[in-house]
Amino acid sequence: MKKLVISLVLVNLLAACASNKPAETTAAPVDSGAKATTPAPKTAIAPVTPVAGDPLNDPASILAKRSVYYPFDVDAVQDADKPVVQAHGKYLASNPNRKVRLEGNCDERGSNEYNLGLGQRRADGVKKMLELGGAKSGQMESVSYGEEKPVASGHEEASWSQNRRTDIKYAK
Amino acid sequence: MRVIQIIAGLLLLIQASVASAVLDIEIIGAGEKQIPVAIVPMGGDAKLSQTIHEVVVGDLMRSGLFRMVDLAGKFLTEPSQVSYADWQVRGADGLAIGNVTVLPSGRIEARFRLFDVVKQSELIAQAVSAHDGQARAIGHRIADLIYEKMTGDKGVFGSRIAYVNRRGQNFRLIVADSDGYNEQVVLAQNEPIMSPSWSPDGSHLAYVSFETGHAVVFVQSLYTNQRKVLADFRGSNSAPAWSPDGKQMAIVLTRDGSSQIYLVRPDGSNLRRITFSGAIDTEPHFSPDGQSLLFTSDRGGSAQIYRMPVEGGPEQRMTFGEGANYSPRHSPDGSGFVFAHRNNGKFYIALQDFQTGQMELLTEGGWEKKPSFAPNGKLVLFASEARGRGILATVSSDGRVKQHMFTQSGDAREPVWGPNP
Repeated sequence: MKKLVISLVLVNLLAACASNKPAETTAAPVDSGAKATTPAPKTAIAPVTPVAGDPLNDPASILAKRSVYYPFDVDAVQDADKPVVQAHGKYLASNPNRKVRLEGNCDERGSNEYNLGLGQRRADGVKKMLELGGAKSGQMESVSYGEEKPVASGHEEASWSQNRRTDIKYAK
Repeated sequence: MRVIQIIAGLLLLIQASVASAVLDIEIIGAGEKQIPVAIVPMGGDAKLSQTIHEVVVGDLMRSGLFRMVDLAGKFLTEPSQVSYADWQVRGADGLAIGNVTVLPSGRIEARFRLFDVVKQSELIAQAVSAHDGQARAIGHRIADLIYEKMTGDKGVFGSRIAYVNRRGQNFRLIVADSDGYNEQVVLAQNEPIMSPSWSPDGSHLAYVSFETGHAVVFVQSLYTNQRKVLADFRGSNSAPAWSPDGKQMAIVLTRDGSSQIYLVRPDGSNLRRITFSGAIDTEPHFSPDGQSLLFTSDRGGSAQIYRMPVEGGPEQRMTFGEGANYSPRHSPDGSGFVFAHRNNGKFYIALQDFQTGQMELLTEGGWEKKPSFAPNGKLVLFASEARGRGILATVSSDGRVKQHMFTQSGDAREPVWGPNP
């Protein structure tokens, strides 16, 4: 085991000397399972099956926005995000074969269980708004990760504001 | 693909075997009265004796209620060698001696004696045995015996704790001795695990796992590792709690809307809803008499602690004042409860007495969550943060003695103290 540790250290040292790239990009493949990496930044568009002319694949479309954000301990969709949710509702209504998963998330303030409940309310709130826009409940599943899957790990508002979020994830 | 899975599996195994030891324990503060005791390393097998001695001294020191008397090079193993006058001069109230041997069957046997130096009498003469490789268990048992005789309260060193270790995307549900050693990995996966909950007899853990893409409640045997799904309805299934007789459980479901509390038998039968608030009702915990539940609810606008009869009925708000409150747990004697108190951006561990309704902060505040009592009610285990990591911590129920337990790498989360064996 000591040998393995030393060789990993060497790999990292060599990598660090060799380039100015961030350390993450030089990690050896074998290291990936053991390393506590921060979650990868969310891509703007989740991969979906390409359909010709599908506005879901248009990065300029409002549908490219797949996350809505909340103030602390609030589960109602905010005015600024309503057009995004309404656009997805309309899209789902006219694409009845499309399915979405709504994943509610919270910042770390509160207990894990309370935040699980809060994240569920956030996801359910988005689901209700999608339904008002014409989506059928069979097209949607709402779940919560509470505070368990933060995208930013700091103990300050800059991180927390990113973690108070519902993600609209289209099935592939 | 299969090869990759196997490699990933091997990596997990390697991690588990490397990262098995507690790195560091810090003790802060001391009890009002500390009992001076002399713990003489046992005679017999030197290696076993050393392990047992470390465990006994470690346990007693962590309680904050004992002070170790300098042995000044004295070594004795038999009652005939005890000179009370010698130990009185050194200021010891208690003196422990003994012998440890490996029996022909491979079992370890420790013959242990405790003397009251002041009264000049033998308090305990007992043989403690355990399977090969369980010297630490013997140490915890002896520490419990000393603690019980010298303080009058039952010891908790032989009990176990459960918690979740998070490293990046890797989550492990862990059961360990009360000092954090002797880890057993109950579940390891790359999806979150939450809310472990001990059955009253310590044979099973209920917990929440996200392995199927949403929060599902499982119940797992710690002896056979067999497990089954207790609740898997749409939305979130969570917050399992056992009744003191083990015959029913409280869980939280969102299948009918917001998080509400339900009762269910441990086999999944007889599911029935008991709260109807439309708010978030969660974290139910049974009173020791099994008659009532404490829980967290935001029905009043912010998260607060409420109490209700188990079979439903009038709900009573228990916490008031500034801030929010979460994660209530009854004290074992039923006189009050601990909880996490949030105010001005900090989390504290707080204690409230049912009779006075007074809240007392046990900690100075920081990132302190998810308290649970030791079976004797004298210590509270909780999740804290130090050196940028989630750690396990305890505080004595009078707030005087704190300890930080730095377990292996990653963050320790969601700790819960198990029952006495």
